[in-house]
Amino acid sequence: MAMAREIGVLPRASLQRLLDALSAKGYRIVGPTVRDGAVVWETVRSVSDLPVGWRDHQEPGRYRLEQTGSHEVFGVVHGPQSLKQFVFAPREPLLQIERSKDGFSAHPTLPQPEKVAVIGARACDLAGLATQDQIFLNGAYRDPYYAARREGLFLVAVNCTRALSTCFCASMETGPRAKHGFDLVLTEVDNQLLIEAGSTAGHEILANLPFTRASKEQIAEANTRVDACAQSQVRRLDHSRLPQALYEVHEHPRWDEVASRCLACANCTMVCPTCFCHTVEETPDLSHQHTAHTRLWDSCFTQEHGYIHGKNIRPTIKDRYRMWLTHKLASWIDQFGASGCVGCGRCITWCPVGIDLTEELPALLRPSEQPSATSGQQEATGG
Amino acid sequence: MSNPELRQRPRLAVIKFASCDGCQLSILNLEDDLLALGQALDIAYFPEASSAMNAGPYDIALVEGSITTAEDAHRILNVRQQAKVLITIGACATAGGIQALRNWGDIEAFKQAVYPRPDYIQSLSTSTPISEHVHVDFELWGCPIEKGQLLRVITDLVGGVQLHLPADSVCLECKRRGNVCVMVAKGMPCLGPVTRIGCGAICPAMGRDCYGCFGPSEGARKGPGLPPNTASLARHFHEGLQLIPVEVLRRFRGINGAVDPFRNESTVWENKG
Repeated sequence: MAMAREIGVLPRASLQRLLDALSAKGYRIVGPTVRDGAVVWETVRSVSDLPVGWRDHQEPGRYRLEQTGSHEVFGVVHGPQSLKQFVFAPREPLLQIERSKDGFSAHPTLPQPEKVAVIGARACDLAGLATQDQIFLNGAYRDPYYAARREGLFLVAVNCTRALSTCFCASMETGPRAKHGFDLVLTEVDNQLLIEAGSTAGHEILANLPFTRASKEQIAEANTRVDACAQSQVRRLDHSRLPQALYEVHEHPRWDEVASRCLACANCTMVCPTCFCHTVEETPDLSHQHTAHTRLWDSCFTQEHGYIHGKNIRPTIKDRYRMWLTHKLASWIDQFGASGCVGCGRCITWCPVGIDLTEELPALLRPSEQPSATSGQQEATGG
Repeated sequence: MSNPELRQRPRLAVIKFASCDGCQLSILNLEDDLLALGQALDIAYFPEASSAMNAGPYDIALVEGSITTAEDAHRILNVRQQAKVLITIGACATAGGIQALRNWGDIEAFKQAVYPRPDYIQSLSTSTPISEHVHVDFELWGCPIEKGQLLRVITDLVGGVQLHLPADSVCLECKRRGNVCVMVAKGMPCLGPVTRIGCGAICPAMGRDCYGCFGPSEGARKGPGLPPNTASLARHFHEGLQLIPVEVLRRFRGINGAVDPFRNESTVWENKG
């Protein structure tokens, strides 16, 4: 290690000082807040806006909050939203196009630069964001809209000390400890918050906070709790035989079985921190002189996603679920060098009928006795 | 840019059958865009808006309402003859509407129960969508329709662009809006996963479960794709959310209950009750 990591301790009662320091630097602060039975990201001004005393309970197709009456600030692990929306906006205006005498002109509508500090991001969220960065920033095509939003983002991560029944980040090696990709990271241990900087910007904020240096015992206790969180995870995903093993079960009967449950509603892809599919929508005015060109979140579960000229290549729900799972867990590795799954478990919780990929994968990799029904027997009519 | 099939300033007619007029009001609710619409189109026949009612032929006929009388069954044939492009607006015209619940009932018994002189009432025993009577060029779903979709269809029509609206599930719009899923977080029997996008996910945004007023997502008539997986959702309503069979039936037999994927699912649960 080049330099000793400095870990500070902030009394939980002083958390407001962190929010104030971020505000003073011009950040709009976004944190988890309770709304409509879950936590969602909203602008927060004070610690009381955060879900103090709340805990979330998640299982396949079910999410419930419970107020414990404690002073715990980060007791809720997560809600349906990852960090994706802050950089890859659900609805991003791309261009305004004007018709002219001899053609047309297009004017990019880049988002206004904004400094946003997100407090409460988890290790799985950071891993998801790193994947999004890889797609939108680091590849051959840098997306200027994403880049403009990413530029202003300051991340205050929280190490998880409590696992949900749907969490499996430990097996995906993305959590529960935030290792990189944050500006500051907190670990909530009783009435204390251990705090550590992960970037220059983080160090600058930290310098203005009334922290004391964490003792060895405090650091050890925090580590014990994060380790215990990893140990307590009941779900895991054995990806040791991927990608190849999944390619070999293309005709497994389990695909038909899961398709009988799958609604193709796209919720899993909407809540997934790494899913990046999008469509582009044109909104012309009545005179056909102007049009707005807008990017929207799309999903491989929609009918049109599989439409190519004259034919739908994924007409059935089976085709789509197989496409999604195979991409997420297998071909993503070939494409990007790592799994497309970060183990956050959101697709399990927010699937209305509770389809669980940690159950589907082992079922698919188990040898089957019956051959699959012939795939693709039903043809869509196309557009 | 214009549509070579239509007049430079296409003549529009808005025609009503059995309906509540709510979809026609969506046209008037276009507000600022209404002026642009009035410039782009010659609004020739729109009794809800103007007493100047000009005879056909028309370039575009927007048809609201379902067919519930013998007279209307005849009148729609004439409308079709008078219109180059016929577009149904709303659940009644597109799917038969809430009044299609009569298709499962006894029309004579209803008449006896409601009217002092039931013999004055001349009504068919069914409520049927326009497409069961004449060729329909495009269908707008919703109860009522979404005014932006209407404007979009007219814009495309005037410009000579092929008409198209997405048929994805409401869930996409819910998540894009940042709504919390009412089914997962509150256990409400939401029809969003099998219902067509277009409303803007307004009910879940207000903490209500979707009741399917935009009809089945993909796979309905006039659209590509296979029917949505209503069987899995219905099973979850029953086994996961503890709805009894008649409650599952009623979820599907609503405003768009007469449309195939929903009708078939309601029949399955009728047989279980």
